[in-house]
Amino acid sequence: MRHGRAAKLAAIVSLAGLLVAACGDDESSSDTTAAAGGTETTAAAGGSDTTAAAGGDTGAGLAVDVASCTAPEGAKVKLQLQWVTQAQFAGYFAAVDQGFYEKAGLDVEIVEGGVDIPPQKTLASGAVDFAISWVPKALAEREAGAKVTNIAQVFQRSGTLQVSFKDKNITSAADFKGKKIGNWGFGNEYEIFAALSKAGLDPASDVTLLQQNFDMNGLLSGEIDAAEAMTYNEYAQVLEAINPDTGALYQPEDLNVVSYEDEGVGMLQDAIWADETRLSDPAYCGQAVAFVKASLEGWAYCRDNAQACADIVVAKGSKLGATHQLWQMNEVNKLIWPAEGGVGVIDTAAWDRTVEIASGTKNLDGATVLTKAPDATSWTNDIVNEAVKLLTADGVDVNGSSFAPIEVTLTEGGA
Amino acid sequence: MTDAERQRRRTRIRRASMFAVAFVLVAVSWELYKAVGPEKGGTIFGTRILARTDDRAMPHIWDMFSRFSESEVRGGEDSVFVVVLRAAWYSFRCALAAFVAGSLLGIGLAVLMARFRFFERALMPYLVISQTVPIIVLAPLIFSLMAYNSRELASKTWLAAVLLGVFLAFFPVAMGTLRGLQTTPSAPLELMDSYAAGWWKTLWKLRFPNAVPFLAPALRLAGAAAVVGVTVSEISLGVRYGVGRLILSYGQEATSDPPKLYTAVFGAAALGLVMAAVVVGIDRLLMRNRPPEAV
Repeated sequence: MRHGRAAKLAAIVSLAGLLVAACGDDESSSDTTAAAGGTETTAAAGGSDTTAAAGGDTGAGLAVDVASCTAPEGAKVKLQLQWVTQAQFAGYFAAVDQGFYEKAGLDVEIVEGGVDIPPQKTLASGAVDFAISWVPKALAEREAGAKVTNIAQVFQRSGTLQVSFKDKNITSAADFKGKKIGNWGFGNEYEIFAALSKAGLDPASDVTLLQQNFDMNGLLSGEIDAAEAMTYNEYAQVLEAINPDTGALYQPEDLNVVSYEDEGVGMLQDAIWADETRLSDPAYCGQAVAFVKASLEGWAYCRDNAQACADIVVAKGSKLGATHQLWQMNEVNKLIWPAEGGVGVIDTAAWDRTVEIASGTKNLDGATVLTKAPDATSWTNDIVNEAVKLLTADGVDVNGSSFAPIEVTLTEGGA
Repeated sequence: MTDAERQRRRTRIRRASMFAVAFVLVAVSWELYKAVGPEKGGTIFGTRILARTDDRAMPHIWDMFSRFSESEVRGGEDSVFVVVLRAAWYSFRCALAAFVAGSLLGIGLAVLMARFRFFERALMPYLVISQTVPIIVLAPLIFSLMAYNSRELASKTWLAAVLLGVFLAFFPVAMGTLRGLQTTPSAPLELMDSYAAGWWKTLWKLRFPNAVPFLAPALRLAGAAAVVGVTVSEISLGVRYGVGRLILSYGQEATSDPPKLYTAVFGAAALGLVMAAVVVGIDRLLMRNRPPEAV
């Protein structure tokens, strides 16, 4: 009898073990590429002529001696995204899918983000090797002690909009006066505040600021006059919803759009961040050059093959529908291309503007993103310049001056 | 069929039909409010009290259920039903693992505290404090602790979700079991003493059986806590295959397709129901040889 009980207990315990294992790694398709000993030299061929970053009053950033970096051969690296799989990160998924990372000697695992997983923090903890994050958020984390350095500014333009219906007559930030303005908060509101003060409005008295959900229902129901939206996501969601007055989808003609980039207060968004403390290690800095190079090659591929890249992302298990994904791909391409100074190269003017807004613009609580300007080692163009040079040598178009966005027809629900 | 069996069967049928009736009642009151409530919502003294009733805020029940048969993404083979079912099953396994591990941990702690009063005094305040920390803070905390310790663990967000489930589930079990172990009547304890039975023997033969009626309700709480812990951290950490993540994803689509979100919510509710059924089953198993008056 007792033996029976003990056996039952043991069975329960082992069952629990099985269940945990079963609930865990269900991955049917892994996001890793099998690196078959990539032998192509990447960083080793560097020269000192590439170290000169675009000049600016922020100085030249962190100096990385790319000539001493060693090219990786099948190195396993992890990339932390800031959100779940979607076309916003298509370049990285394409670089896996098209074997660009493998060619560069890397075996890359892409780790999805979540609501409460700050990528720059995961990077600083050493759990991942590179991370994708918006510049103000990463700099705020840096101020809190995380030694992260921007090694490639993939998105050169801000994708934040303030969307409103035509009848509200909101065509610039100056028209926000007296209106109900939605914002996401949590550090996503600073472009709005910068635009308000640039237009000479007082955020506390001239506008009503409303906390906005991550859907656009507040705008559609009329509770918000102008809602915050990303070009590649929430704006499309409005255009995928049925207009009850017409029975058809909302059309771009129904809406006014204020772009913070056009208002001159755009803050830099998606960038590739590396661990500053490890950049002096030749192996890691070689990985960084190879990673940036292959990632940018992925983005160049997505520029020329928007549909293929949208399909890659859908195949990676994104829940967003196919036309929504293609729309997102196309809008993201517009934020990257054309890249006059070379793809991924940090434009110091945009960097300075971002830093200025982040340290000078107060939200309603009187808080700024940064309490002081970040130190010079918070960014470097040495790695991306080297990557761009290698890509040019490979015949990859790193400027995309002839880039033309495609036309995407949205469907109901983005399906 | 004996009278008792017939009686039991009748009770069971009545319970099942009451469940269905309750569900229909909820659905009817939803639709009723939607029909008579203010479309733009009602405000009293400038504060919104009454919910909006338009299709965006309160979709029709049939619209929610009709989403189940549609395919999740165009060109995709799987219907929403299959996707939700799969996600709920995944989360159920995580929650069950958390429930089992949490219960074992809770029983272990209870035995430790019953055996050594020293442990009870030292541990109890911390156990109580542990349950007052908001889950929404804990999920990222547990995850970042894991990520700091190992590169391998950094991509295992599901493990953080299970750990959070364990963290919530062990507490009621520990409290219930401890109570049961400590309230064993003194007469049988003295009898065991006179048999020269050791502490462990007394625990197994007397204290444990005495604790079972306290354990049963504790397990119900633990089951619910495990489900809450797992699904909430799935939302917070974006655990890839879970039903919490599905709520997050469908919530993002709520602009163009408000009813779809409810399919994932139903999935989470179904998961809770199945967990409750499992706990009732365990309850039956534990109480099977007990005379009714002892309960």
